[in-house]
Formats: sequence, C-alpha cells, structure tokens
Amino acid sequence: MAGRATPWLIGLTLVLMAAGLVGGLWLAPPDYQMGDGFRIIYIHVPSALLSMVVFAVMAVASAVGLIWRIRMAHAVTAAAAPIGAAFTFIALVTGALWGKPMWGTYWVWDARLTSELILLFLYFGYLALVHAFPDRRTGDQAGAILAIVGAVDLPIIHFSVQWWTTLHQGATLKLSGTPMPVSMLWPLLVMMLAFLCYFAWLLMVRLRAEILRREYRARWVEKI
Amino acid sequence: MDSWHEFWTMGGYARFVWPAYGVAFVVLLGSGWAAHRGLRRALARVASRVRGGRR
Repeated sequence: MAGRATPWLIGLTLVLMAAGLVGGLWLAPPDYQMGDGFRIIYIHVPSALLSMVVFAVMAVASAVGLIWRIRMAHAVTAAAAPIGAAFTFIALVTGALWGKPMWGTYWVWDARLTSELILLFLYFGYLALVHAFPDRRTGDQAGAILAIVGAVDLPIIHFSVQWWTTLHQGATLKLSGTPMPVSMLWPLLVMMLAFLCYFAWLLMVRLRAEILRREYRARWVEKI
Repeated sequence: MDSWHEFWTMGGYARFVWPAYGVAFVVLLGSGWAAHRGLRRALARVASRVRGGRR
C-alpha cells in the first residue's frame, strides 16, 4: 500500500507547495507592520507545527510500543525522528531569519525559542540513544522513554507565549478565529497541508527502509 | 506584488526571506534524498541476501 501511495503523496505535495508558494510569495499582500518580511511565515509556521506534530507521533508510537510491545511502533518512532529534527531545524533557522529584521537579533533566550531548541536536542538525543546500545530492543525502549518524557516539551512550546513574557508573537492560528485576512491565510493553510503530505511521504519511505533493516533476515521481506 | 523587481527585493527584506526559503528547501530536499537512498540501500541489502541464499 505504501508503495502505491507514495507517488500520489509526492504529487500532492508538489501541487500544494507550488500553490502555497505562489499565494504566499506573490499574491498575499504585505503585512502593514512587517512588510514583505512576514512572508517567512509560510515556511516557518508549517515547519514549527510539524516539528511538534512529529514528536507527538513519536510519543504516541513509543507508548504503543512500550505498552503493547508492538515492534512496528518502535520502527515508526525511529523513522519519524530524523524528519522531526529536520522540521525543527528549519523552524529555528527561519525563525532566526525572521527575528533579525523584526526584533533586531537572530536569537534571544526567549521561552518559545529555547523550548523549540530543547525539542531539537530531544530529537538528537533520541537518535543518539537508540543507536547507543548493541541490542536494538534496549535502544528502542530507552528511546521510547525519552520520547514519552520529552513530550512534556510540546505544551511548553505551545503555551510559552501565554505563560511567559516573550518576544515571540502569539499563536498565528486560533480555533476561535484568526485575525489574518483570507488573502494571507489561505497560502498558509495550503503550505501546512503541503508539509503534512511531505511528512507522510517521508515517513512512508523511511518506515519501509526501517522495517527492511529490522526484518532483514525474515522470509517475508523477500516478497517485497 | 506588482513587478518582478518587487518580488526579488521583497520590500528590502530579500536578505532574510530568500535565505529562509533556501535553507528550508535544501533541508527538505536533503531529507527526501536521504530517505530515498536509505530505502534503496535496505532493498539492495535484502536483494543481496536473497541472491546469496539461492546460491
């Protein structure tokens, strides 16, 4: 199934990303305060969102793997970690490039930025930990515990702008309605969908490779 | 945007906007390439085991 879905997912990603980029970089009007600098939002917000979504996926898969001892769940966690690290890195770099013209500095030890940096370290920590043991199962279990405990960083990232006084602006999208005009909002939603599709594609490709690596000696993999 | 000049200069924010998009796309494409290479290697490893088993 994954083999049949991947071309569709990559096609959908390309179409959505093209539409989102045209909308965000060309059609959307400049922000009245931030000018055209605000256009970084179309790459920063989706990557920041995905950085948290991927870690949430890892935490849930880890819990499933630990509680019900499903090996596939640990494979999902291992496959998702490098993808999440990439999205977090993009969120941090694009955030810094947005911060310089808006705040006058690339980096500040602000609650939102610091908790997002901790998330990147959690991804690196997970990747280092699972490979630190000669026995894969022990590595999986240690990594799963780190992913579950590390998930406490997700609400901290999300609510940091409410709990503490931060330089970072509040949530761009709210369930109660967003102050963004539709002309600025739709490219953001399209880019978020594009990033989600790309994540799904990356996860499928990485998961197939991860399963093949783990089940290398199994008879059934010969049929793939 | 009304012109290509406006598009490329990004209202004076070009040196922040374009590097942000550049870094993002390099990392995204790199992730895709690494994932694809990993799958090819895993498939090749299985194929080599199957060939070895048949000999």
